Amino acid sequence: MDEEMVRIYIMGKEYKVPGNLTILTALEYAGYQIIRGAGCREGFCGACATVYRMKDDYKLKADLACQTKVEDGMYLAQLPFVPAQKSIYDINKLKPEVGTFQELYPENFKCVSCNTCTKACPQDIEVMDYVQAIVRGDIKKAANISFDCIMCGLCALRCPAEIVQYNVGILARRLYGKYLAPRAKHTRKRIEELEKGMWEDEVNKLMKLSKKALKEKYKSRDKEA
Amino acid sequence: MKEIIYYPGCTLKNTAKNFEDSAIACSEALDFKLHELKDWYCCGTVYSLTSDDLMHHIATVRNLLRVQEEGQERFTTLCSMCYNTLKRSSKRINENENDRETLNSFMDEEENNYEGKVDIIHYLQILRDEIGFDIIKEKVKRPLKNLKLAPYYGCLLLRPNEVAIDDPDSPSILEDLITAMGAEAVYFPFKNECCGAYETVAEVDLVVERAHNIIGNAKRNGADAILVSCPLCAFNLDNRQKEVLEKYPDFEGIPVLYFTQALALALGLDPDVCRFDLNYQPVEDLVRGIEQ
Ligand code: SF4
Ligand code: SF4
Ligand code: FES
Repeated sequence: MDEEMVRIYIMGKEYKVPGNLTILTALEYAGYQIIRGAGCREGFCGACATVYRMKDDYKLKADLACQTKVEDGMYLAQLPFVPAQKSIYDINKLKPEVGTFQELYPENFKCVSCNTCTKACPQDIEVMDYVQAIVRGDIKKAANISFDCIMCGLCALRCPAEIVQYNVGILARRLYGKYLAPRAKHTRKRIEELEKGMWEDEVNKLMKLSKKALKEKYKSRDKEA
Repeated sequence: MKEIIYYPGCTLKNTAKNFEDSAIACSEALDFKLHELKDWYCCGTVYSLTSDDLMHHIATVRNLLRVQEEGQERFTTLCSMCYNTLKRSSKRINENENDRETLNSFMDEEENNYEGKVDIIHYLQILRDEIGFDIIKEKVKRPLKNLKLAPYYGCLLLRPNEVAIDDPDSPSILEDLITAMGAEAVYFPFKNECCGAYETVAEVDLVVERAHNIIGNAKRNGADAILVSCPLCAFNLDNRQKEVLEKYPDFEGIPVLYFTQALALALGLDPDVCRFDLNYQPVEDLVRGIEQ
């Protein structure tokens, strides 16, 4: 075995694991079976939020267990779930304005600008800035800043104002997408063409072809270089 | 053109757009440009009175730090509430090295420490102390002749004493502005009565009573309109006239304007910058009166 072994502590108990493992695989290496708190293992689903501390350091760190390598002296614990409040709404009935947030997520307006959320975010999102953008009614800015959020829940767990930032953020992105983002003109145009039946003849012709003729046609189709 | 960093606050970006747009237009006409702070954070709207509660001063320090990072030692705001919160909070932080140290060490992700030197002034102070009412008088193109205005201060520009922008018991800054604009400032003993502030959320009737008294006092003294400098005062004295009328059917409404809206008119600016569509009581008659 050429990989170096490191000493980690899982819920206080010491283990030796290979140093090239992620936190997630190290937990499994140590014998834990992970049923909740893991998903894609690729850094996209946000299921594997974890908090840890290094030996002799008071700072509580937060990251994704599937994306973070173990280090010597890590104190680990896996979070299976983040019990966060989520408002239920019908997007078609909402208005893209600050009042919507005041109604659905009034706690967003308790933000004290401590920036703890930003420090916790494994996606390096300026979480405080999108919360503040919503406080001042700038939905576009909030939607843009929060775009890379994978809803891991770490910001909400750390927030002293008990804001669930990621649910507020996704509402901003939904409102932006539905009401504020400029519409693509060519898409509209193509939909109109489709609705007018512009391609119907072509499709009908294809439908009538034999399997063989269809295969031929497919093979000899125009290909983009 | 002179410039000063400007902190808008949340309300001016939403319901009080009429305050912001008119103020920006006025400041350009007066050669004193407002340059919006790049990153700013909600002031929290209420100053925390708990002596050991530093958490609620973080937003202020971050704003002060942003101003410091732009190489400035002062900035201004329009909203009386933002002014009051930021002024009191910055006073505490500037005067208290221990607090500053704690806050700076809490904000360990910031590149710089806040050094305790940034001060905030209200826009009215710029008009009085930096531009001067004489100059403003010279720049008035459409004097507000025959217009009687009631200068409403409320609480936040004057209390507590140490943050007052004028004599807390008998202020005159708004009166002087009104005179400079060519209008008449009416005698208005209720000018620094509280409008009820946040009680408007839970105790509508209390605010209705206060608004009724304050507006009644202005009207009995012949006012055609009330001038304010605070979005919450504006809401309580303007929008709440709806509930006042429900309770007192004989009540007659009165327009409520931000002082910057009146100033924009006096400076001869396009009335569109005043966004009168956001005022509750119609202002059209008043504007027409001035234009004639
Ligand atoms: S914003 Fe919050 S939920 Fe989204 S990725 Fe960052 S810490 Fe996770
Ligand atoms: S942790 Fe909460 S209170 Fe602190 S800045 Fe983020 S949202 Fe605001
Ligand atoms: S398991 Fe999906 S982000 Fe880590």
